[in-house]
Amino acid sequence: MITIVDYNMGNLGSIRNMLLKLGLESEVTADPARLRHATKLILPGVGSFDAGMASLEASGLTDILNERVLIQEVPVLGICLGMQLMTKRSDEGSRHGLGWIDAETRRFQPSSGAEKIPHMGWNLAHKSHSAPLVDRLPEEPRFYFVHSYYIHCHRPEDVLLTTSYGHDFHSAFHHRNVWGVQFHPEKSHKFGMAILKNFAELC
Amino acid sequence: MLRKRVIPCLLLKDAGLVKTTRFKAPKYVGDPINAIKIFNDKEVDELMVLDITASREGRQPNHALIEKFASECFMPLCYGGGVHTVEQARQLFALGVEKICFQTGALEDLSLITRVAERFGNQSVVVSADIRKNWLGRRTLYSACGQRLPPNSWIDFLKNAVAAGAGEIVVNAVERDGTMHGMDLELIQQASGALSVPLIAMGGVGSLADIRAGIDAGASAVAAGSFFVFHGPHRAVLVTYPHYRELEQLLSTAS
Repeated sequence: MITIVDYNMGNLGSIRNMLLKLGLESEVTADPARLRHATKLILPGVGSFDAGMASLEASGLTDILNERVLIQEVPVLGICLGMQLMTKRSDEGSRHGLGWIDAETRRFQPSSGAEKIPHMGWNLAHKSHSAPLVDRLPEEPRFYFVHSYYIHCHRPEDVLLTTSYGHDFHSAFHHRNVWGVQFHPEKSHKFGMAILKNFAELC
Repeated sequence: MLRKRVIPCLLLKDAGLVKTTRFKAPKYVGDPINAIKIFNDKEVDELMVLDITASREGRQPNHALIEKFASECFMPLCYGGGVHTVEQARQLFALGVEKICFQTGALEDLSLITRVAERFGNQSVVVSADIRKNWLGRRTLYSACGQRLPPNSWIDFLKNAVAAGAGEIVVNAVERDGTMHGMDLELIQQASGALSVPLIAMGGVGSLADIRAGIDAGASAVAAGSFFVFHGPHRAVLVTYPHYRELEQLLSTAS
């Protein structure tokens, strides 16, 4: 069972649709009691960093999530804004992030002015490290991205995938039980399906 | 490297797929679920589905049908047609739609764009404009519903839409619709030059070269209907989409 955290930030329907297609059981919940029994968590989200942190706090879910992730080490996958919230801070706002990984969220500074912000569309991801989440992906993996801020990991060993938009950024990370992807696996055809399937099979 | 997007655009009328020519003469193309399954199998970049009669008939979006679409779409899905309130938008996002395309709703009141963008993010709000040339040869906004149009120029309307919160803009050249005779490149240049957000260009695609020309004119994405559903001079219905390698080759050198 995969528990998708519903804190009022974004489109959960499509994540559930893809898990359903993969034959994986999932539930969408904002109930701390349900989160207490989760064996695997997805932290989704679209929107701005501060709004996301505010929404998490308003939902009263921060404490239980910290406990489940940091103490009980339940595997958790952050998607898009969900991944960014896992970092320590963001150029987008003034709030602290969850700080589950030594990384920060930075603003894209288009070098040539040729790149429009947000970075929206399909882009390639190159593997930096082997890990269960990103192993056995179809050849030349590409994913659907929509974001205006990007992740920078301070520890190179945490970087799983890199993607280039003006410059290289970290499109997937991993530290202990904490996993994050900047793209939308639920909207990335067989490539995203492979990611979600790999996540479901993590032990 | 981010690749420019190529987006099939499907028109919905009475729960069936149709394709128009210059916004008229809708020709029945087939069952939408079947087409969406084929496009999903072909791994299209993104899909746009527009219900062309919902606003005209004052109808709600067809939720049951859209839910089926979303459950078959493992790429971004943009839906448009008959969305006039934040609550309607919320219901569609909950079904698994990524983006909502507003036209009639945006012409009525741009504050709708702001309210949806504030709640769901700019990336989920697309504003589309149908544009045609008037008898003086000047480009103007057009409303297929015969709606009252804002007094300012089409470009000002689109700039206002971006300022209101639209994360993407679609421009559709009415005279090119369904003709497959090539895109209105001047329109694309003007729109992309004036707008800071990604531009989806539509109208007139009849070949891969037309798609490339639209991208070179400044579009972030090109959408097409006929090109992906008709085949040959007699417009036989055949749902197609170029192979990934073909698109790579076509667009990899585009700046």
